Amino acid sequence: MATESTPRILPTEITPESVYERRREFLKGSLALALYAALPAQAALPAWKKTAWGRDESPNTWEEVTTYNNFYEFGTGKDDPAKNAGSLRTRPWTVSVEGACLKPRTWDIDALTKAFPLEERIYRMRCVEGWSMVIPWLGFPLGELLKQAQPTGRAKYVEFASLYDPKQMPGQRWPVLDWPYAEGLRLDEAMHPLTLLSVGIYGRELPNQNGAPIRLVVPWKYGFKSAKSIVRIRLVEKPPATAWNRAAPGEYGFYSNVNPEVDHPRWSQARERRIGEFFKRKTLMFNGYGDQVASLYTGMDLRRYF
Amino acid sequence: MWRNPKTWLFLACLLPLARLVGLGLGHGLGANPIEFVTRSLGTWTLSFLLVTLAVTPLRRLTGQGHWLRYRRMLGLFAFFYGVLHLTTYLWLDQFFDWPDILKDITKRPFITAGMTAFLLLVPLAATSNDRAVRALKRNWSRLHKLVYPAAVLAVLHYWWLVKRDITQPAVYAAVLAVLLGLRLVWWWRKRAGAPATRLSAG
Repeated sequence: MATESTPRILPTEITPESVYERRREFLKGSLALALYAALPAQAALPAWKKTAWGRDESPNTWEEVTTYNNFYEFGTGKDDPAKNAGSLRTRPWTVSVEGACLKPRTWDIDALTKAFPLEERIYRMRCVEGWSMVIPWLGFPLGELLKQAQPTGRAKYVEFASLYDPKQMPGQRWPVLDWPYAEGLRLDEAMHPLTLLSVGIYGRELPNQNGAPIRLVVPWKYGFKSAKSIVRIRLVEKPPATAWNRAAPGEYGFYSNVNPEVDHPRWSQARERRIGEFFKRKTLMFNGYGDQVASLYTGMDLRRYF
Repeated sequence: MWRNPKTWLFLACLLPLARLVGLGLGHGLGANPIEFVTRSLGTWTLSFLLVTLAVTPLRRLTGQGHWLRYRRMLGLFAFFYGVLHLTTYLWLDQFFDWPDILKDITKRPFITAGMTAFLLLVPLAATSNDRAVRALKRNWSRLHKLVYPAAVLAVLHYWWLVKRDITQPAVYAAVLAVLLGLRLVWWWRKRAGAPATRLSAG
């Protein structure tokens, strides 16, 4: 429960709605970006380049992005991760790339961000629960890392494992999900240039509650596919078991592409509430990234492979 | 007026709403205020239903009849929060898109359950005045047994909505099970034993 209080607003300060709408736009876009640019730069992240991705979007505020999270390792409430994730230690941290590849390697997190040039991309994020945000991520394409590992012909899928340590992640003391959190992608999805390994948001290192120190971002899939606090990336031959699919196979498929036409068995996926907005928006096929990714699924029955 | 405990109870029952208004004014509803308000009104509806259902067991267990004086107000507050909860859904979630709402009600079991629970409460609220009690006589208590299925459906509504962590709905379900279980035990005893004392159903 948020308890933050702000000074009371005087009637003279109330803005007409038309101006308010623009103010919101302004606030969420330029001001938010300006604000984070003004924050003290952290030494831990190397320089990054800006990209054209999502330049036309208004990112959500830092506050929204870092206090409204699904990260069951720290509790199932939306505000639990922000409250509880302080116990996560993100240094030292290693990520192993292993399995069906010629050059398996265990990467130190800081070596990783030096080896692969970081870029900023503003992506839409659609949660399977029916809400969405716009987040300026910092990261690099997962495909670059996988290419370096040189996948063999047997590599058809990629499995992601998050950290398992109930001492650092108190939510793991309860069997809400089958820990550690596991996710998976088809190799071509993993190699797709949109698929990101992210180490930061808003030009800063990832806050713990957002999946520090390194997480996946797959913007055309429901948010839970983007595994957080990753420690292992394994190239495999068979579709890997994934945490939510194991928990409720009828509700969370392996693909879990954002699809307004295929409802969750218990609720509609046709619309979404963009955090910070009053009216709901229509959900877009592949979360609006169809031009880039639809070809990955040509000829597939997306109702069957949901 | 201030000597009457009902006044204080009335004000206490408004606290959950006052809290939401206060949080709203202080920007304390979090990143998704509409969801926060909808959930909060829903769980308070359920809480008031359970408190209302606790009156009769409390009366029997303590042997003190005065608890009954508060039951009507508690029940009406359950309905009041139910109306607000439903309003947030119809307005802030669906924006009065009636075809979509109708589809939602028929297609989604958790909405069906919630809506049915609400509809069951409507005649109870409508017949909560003294005149209706007198006019309906014995049928009044028969009619008001609808609160049992309404409460069960309300818990189901919550249970089916939750994605994975069912702790909270399970707590409500457990309380409801105790409240209904006690009635079942009493009913069973009354049936098996001598019908010495006839207690009105509640």
